[in-house]
Amino acid sequence: MSTQAAPEDATSATTRYEGSVRDEALRAQARTGRTFTLRINRGEHGDSAGRWESYDVELAAGMVVLDAVLFVQAKHAPDLAVRWNCKAAKCGSCAAEVNGRPRLLCKTRLEDFNLAEPVLVQPMQTFVRIKDLVTDVSWNYRVNEKIIPFRARTDRPWKFYQRDVEKAQEMRQCIECFLCQDVCHVLRYSGEEKPAFFGPRFFVRAAGLDFHPMDAEDRVGQLRGEGGIGLCNITKCCTEVCPANIHITDDAIIPEKERAVDAFDDPFRGIFRRNGAPKP
Amino acid sequence: MSVALEYHPFESDVIVVGAGGAGLRAAIEAAASGASVTIICKSLLGKAHTIMAEGGMAAAIGAVDSRDNWQVHFRDTMSGGKYLNNWRMAELHAKEAPAEIESLERWGAVFDRNDQGGVMQRIFGGHTYRRLVQVGDRTGLELIRTLQDKAVASKLTVFMEHTVTKILLRDGRVCGIAGYEREWGRFRVWKAPAVIVASGGIGRIYSVTSNSWEGTADGQAIALEAGAELMDMEFVQFHPTGMVWPQSVRGVLVTEAVRAEGGILTNAQGERFMERYDPKRLELSTRDVVARSIHTEVAEGRGSPHGGAFLSIAHKPAEFIKKKLPSMHDQFMEFAKVDITKEPMEVYPTTHYVMGGIRVDAETAATNVPGLYAAGEASAGLHGANRLGGNSLSDLVVFGRRAGFAAAQYALAQAPAPDPEPAQIISAEKEMLEPFALEDGENPFTVQEDLQKMMMEYVGVFRTEAQLLEARAKLQSLQERASRTRAAGSRLYNAMWHAALDVRNMVRIAGTIIESALLRKESRGAHSRVDYPDTSQELQKVNSVTRRLDGTLTVRYVERPALPAELATVLEAKDAGVPA
Repeated sequence: MSTQAAPEDATSATTRYEGSVRDEALRAQARTGRTFTLRINRGEHGDSAGRWESYDVELAAGMVVLDAVLFVQAKHAPDLAVRWNCKAAKCGSCAAEVNGRPRLLCKTRLEDFNLAEPVLVQPMQTFVRIKDLVTDVSWNYRVNEKIIPFRARTDRPWKFYQRDVEKAQEMRQCIECFLCQDVCHVLRYSGEEKPAFFGPRFFVRAAGLDFHPMDAEDRVGQLRGEGGIGLCNITKCCTEVCPANIHITDDAIIPEKERAVDAFDDPFRGIFRRNGAPKP
Repeated sequence: MSVALEYHPFESDVIVVGAGGAGLRAAIEAAASGASVTIICKSLLGKAHTIMAEGGMAAAIGAVDSRDNWQVHFRDTMSGGKYLNNWRMAELHAKEAPAEIESLERWGAVFDRNDQGGVMQRIFGGHTYRRLVQVGDRTGLELIRTLQDKAVASKLTVFMEHTVTKILLRDGRVCGIAGYEREWGRFRVWKAPAVIVASGGIGRIYSVTSNSWEGTADGQAIALEAGAELMDMEFVQFHPTGMVWPQSVRGVLVTEAVRAEGGILTNAQGERFMERYDPKRLELSTRDVVARSIHTEVAEGRGSPHGGAFLSIAHKPAEFIKKKLPSMHDQFMEFAKVDITKEPMEVYPTTHYVMGGIRVDAETAATNVPGLYAAGEASAGLHGANRLGGNSLSDLVVFGRRAGFAAAQYALAQAPAPDPEPAQIISAEKEMLEPFALEDGENPFTVQEDLQKMMMEYVGVFRTEAQLLEARAKLQSLQERASRTRAAGSRLYNAMWHAALDVRNMVRIAGTIIESALLRKESRGAHSRVDYPDTSQELQKVNSVTRRLDGTLTVRYVERPALPAELATVLEAKDAGVPA
């Protein structure tokens, strides 16, 4: 098989690793079965600071951080708590922070790190810890319940084309890992009491419904009100960490913000307000 | 919907175990029928293994090829299942899948569209026409999200990250279920006259699998304990194409959509070897055939560098690949550093699906235990000896709906469930806490690993009497070891404790697979006996049925009902069309 360098037109999947260490020497090291140090921030419920525990992990080719954590669980610390399911970046269960950066543990390859240094794993900081790497994400499920559900239009034939659904489909790629919620400034420093703010994940969900060509509802009023979309100052951190490559800021938040302005804050368009905002 | 986090005794009309496609569809239907519904799921809501289904959902709507209809779908399903299918289930499935697609669309599912403004449908192995409704290669996620949203809008109670350990019975009828919270470790009891088991598969019993950690056969095991019958357990589907390398992703699924979109399989000598095994259907032969072919190529020394076959789609334009197979493109780029638009993938069979499961009535999904229902992968019948790709997602919604409807009707006609017997609750709690009492017991992860290796080696793609007898002997010691696995630490989100309880279920169900495989002395579909390579006309008339009686596992053949004349005619009919 070819091992040539990625060509110029390589996808974001490759370029997203920019800045990480990935020279040949380290790759070779990763293949030799040597050990490296994994430091895991452990603690029980309510212990937000936790304690750092170091573990020796045997390297295997192509190993990801989740493999290393499961190695520790199987060999050193069987009561270590970590959520995971698919191990293929499709379920979003294993969200945590690796060397301070929000990531999916199953999608983070060890050969992208300098393994002479320990690799640090801690739980998502925006949510209260239950144990070790597992946090209480139930707040997200409560937010989700508030979103106005899809309601199918009955005033036109059920006929539409691929280009009509591209935007909705992009939004629906979300795997609900909540990394965007974790990195969001509005939520991250809010402590246990979350503000009246749905967060990027649920702006994406609402946008996905609003973009559906056969949806009879409009969520822009809700997003502007209890959703708190105005608090977002579009720093795009959510977009950067999204493992599903959704352009959260550009394709969901900004269009919904613009629609909110058009519908509620533009004095000229205000006269059409009772007709709701035009859907994209 | 509310997400309950604290302990309180909980009562409802219907309990659904599992929140994958079948469980959510069942819950939605039961709620729509007027029942109060509780969903209990092992992971967070929306993480169920259904999301791993990639290629699509089979339904003969004929949106792309108007020659398709339920008769052709029925025939394909029966032929793919080597005629061991419950014909009534295959008929209902083929007839009802199209309406389920429509329901999903009306609930907000956004399937890929065709040029006529309808849904796009793709071809898959064993399907005569283009039949799979799809969303690129993440169809399962679309199904789960749609059903999850619909469930959230229905009045349901969801207990996330809870594991059930025992079905509670009173006078031979279901009266509730016992289990524990994974997060906080507390014991729980739920009361209900009807329980639907929709807990998915058993893949974790094998070392190379596409299944997540959840596939530990819990539903099958507790149903078996409660007196339910399991059927066709010898039929475990090895999906032909799992990832081979790197080691850490060995077994992760490579969707059949790669072959459906034109992917070609070759061996180390560059031969397109499917020309030898199935010259007509080639790569789009049924999964059992393709899996055996790859296995044989590798066994005979014509494998790829990491012991697989090459699967290439690189002859298609890069943009086409990224559009049709986006998550495969990412998966190989991220995990194997392979660009599938330029290079071939390496693939090898991976344990994927169990055709066998809890024996149910076709119309109602009822088991032989009053009040107990089963749907989805946890149940048996529809797929016979081999499942066609795309028939699983449609199975989930067709029979999930039927199970939800029937369980609600049953529950609403009953008086409220009687209280479970205290002795049953006490023993359920004692069994649950047992691993903490076994201080010098074994590490459950070790026993799990040994079980997985043993099953892979002795009860894999090809089987022989000698291997299966060896497996039976080895399982005896594994059963002994599993019953003595221990847990250390507190009950708070304790993976070791969870694993100790899981492995007790896994060895039980491994036993049903081994015993059923020993009984069936023929090769049919996914069950390939090297010592009995032929398919037996006689054995087409029977299903294997396992049951636990007084603590002993028994397996016997049960005669299948004869195919009615109308359906026999459908099976014999020939279509003008050739595979698309």
